[in-house]
Amino acid sequence: MADVRLPGTLSPLFPGLPRRLEIEAATVLGAIDEIERQWPGLRDRLVAEGPTLRPHIHTYVDGERSALDAPLAAGSRLDVIAAISGG
Amino acid sequence: MPKTLLTVATRKGAFLFESEDRKTWTMSEPLCEGWPIYHAIYDAKSDSIYAAAASEWHGSGIFRSRDRGATWEMSSEGLSYPDDDGRKVNKVSTLARAGDRLLVGVEAPGIFESKDNGETFSLLSTLSGQHGSEMWDDPANQAPGHLGISGFVTDPDDSDNFFTIVQGVGAFETTDGASSWTPRNNGLRRDWPPPENYDDVGFCVHKLVRSSDPQRMYQQNHVGVHRSDDAGQSWTEITEGLPGDFGFAAAVHPHDTETFYVIPVDGGHGRTMHEGKATVYRTRDAGSSWQPLRNGLPQVDAHLGVLRQGMAIDKHDTPGLYFGTSTGQVFVSADEGDSWTEIASYLPSISSVDVAIVD
Repeated sequence: MADVRLPGTLSPLFPGLPRRLEIEAATVLGAIDEIERQWPGLRDRLVAEGPTLRPHIHTYVDGERSALDAPLAAGSRLDVIAAISGG
Repeated sequence: MPKTLLTVATRKGAFLFESEDRKTWTMSEPLCEGWPIYHAIYDAKSDSIYAAAASEWHGSGIFRSRDRGATWEMSSEGLSYPDDDGRKVNKVSTLARAGDRLLVGVEAPGIFESKDNGETFSLLSTLSGQHGSEMWDDPANQAPGHLGISGFVTDPDDSDNFFTIVQGVGAFETTDGASSWTPRNNGLRRDWPPPENYDDVGFCVHKLVRSSDPQRMYQQNHVGVHRSDDAGQSWTEITEGLPGDFGFAAAVHPHDTETFYVIPVDGGHGRTMHEGKATVYRTRDAGSSWQPLRNGLPQVDAHLGVLRQGMAIDKHDTPGLYFGTSTGQVFVSADEGDSWTEIASYLPSISSVDVAIVD
């Protein structure tokens, strides 16, 4: 199981969505797809056509910036970060 | 008693204004979670409000409210190009109702439709094969801010007939529900060379409107204001009498095909109203002459901009006119533009203003 942390900007769109989830998945995209099954529509908020991460969304596996195909190990921590932008 | 409902889209959410007399207005809280909203409309067919949203973080989607703004849901299911297409939906720009379809115009240029009132979407047309489409279909030309679908004009009596605008390319009409398209730019001015090999595209149509007589249309273009008396098949320039040829917003009187409104702005980088005087221009004779409307509008240091979807007109017997500015003011006229009142002063930058009469 990976320890997944989600950005607070998602919460208003998905009432009840926790900021932290335990997810069984082999890759970053697999984790996002698994969350999508529980919270339909969430994948599209993080992933664009391609599939690619949306430009202002970054993912980190155990502190290392990672792509969608990065592997997750048991006990990995996956941080999904909304970039500092806007004004 | 019927109410007049204003739906205002801003860079920081949507706002609703309601009035029974068009004098006293109540304003909502910020809606749509503060997302950037590019166009928001009230749709009478589904008694719903739709807001086209695009966030730098979380992409594009359509917010919908079926209870006049009390609660909202968002969907983007199906609102994307295929993974192997190369194009991306960078922004949802414009919305319209056409029969059982909710039309959604996006950037890169494409038209999506929803037949279940905004729950799911599917790609309707990319105007593939139209002159110039090889340019706008090239993913290399997809920098944000370029070449989206920027407007629709629908026919209340024929859901398969509508116009759309490809930004920087021109207007196109379909009469078969978007299966085929015809450029409708004949007679428009173009102060730059045409695209190689094509003479019927390469125009910059900012705003297109159709009067109660479908033969009579108007448009505000990058270069000039133009009128059509043959349902868009040809255009005649009617700019003379205006302070400039550039502008975005335009509205046509719902009961009088000769009466039409524009808001000229400086065509340079500023794109604000001329001489710092907020002014709407009205023609009562289909563009033969123009009258400046300033009563109640700020006339000193008023460097206001209004975008293409930023002005609306209602369908009361004496129509009311409304516009929102890029600096967050909303101005209202209940007498066809003769006098104006400012009903909001401090909103975020306004993208669109829509008006409807509701129960």
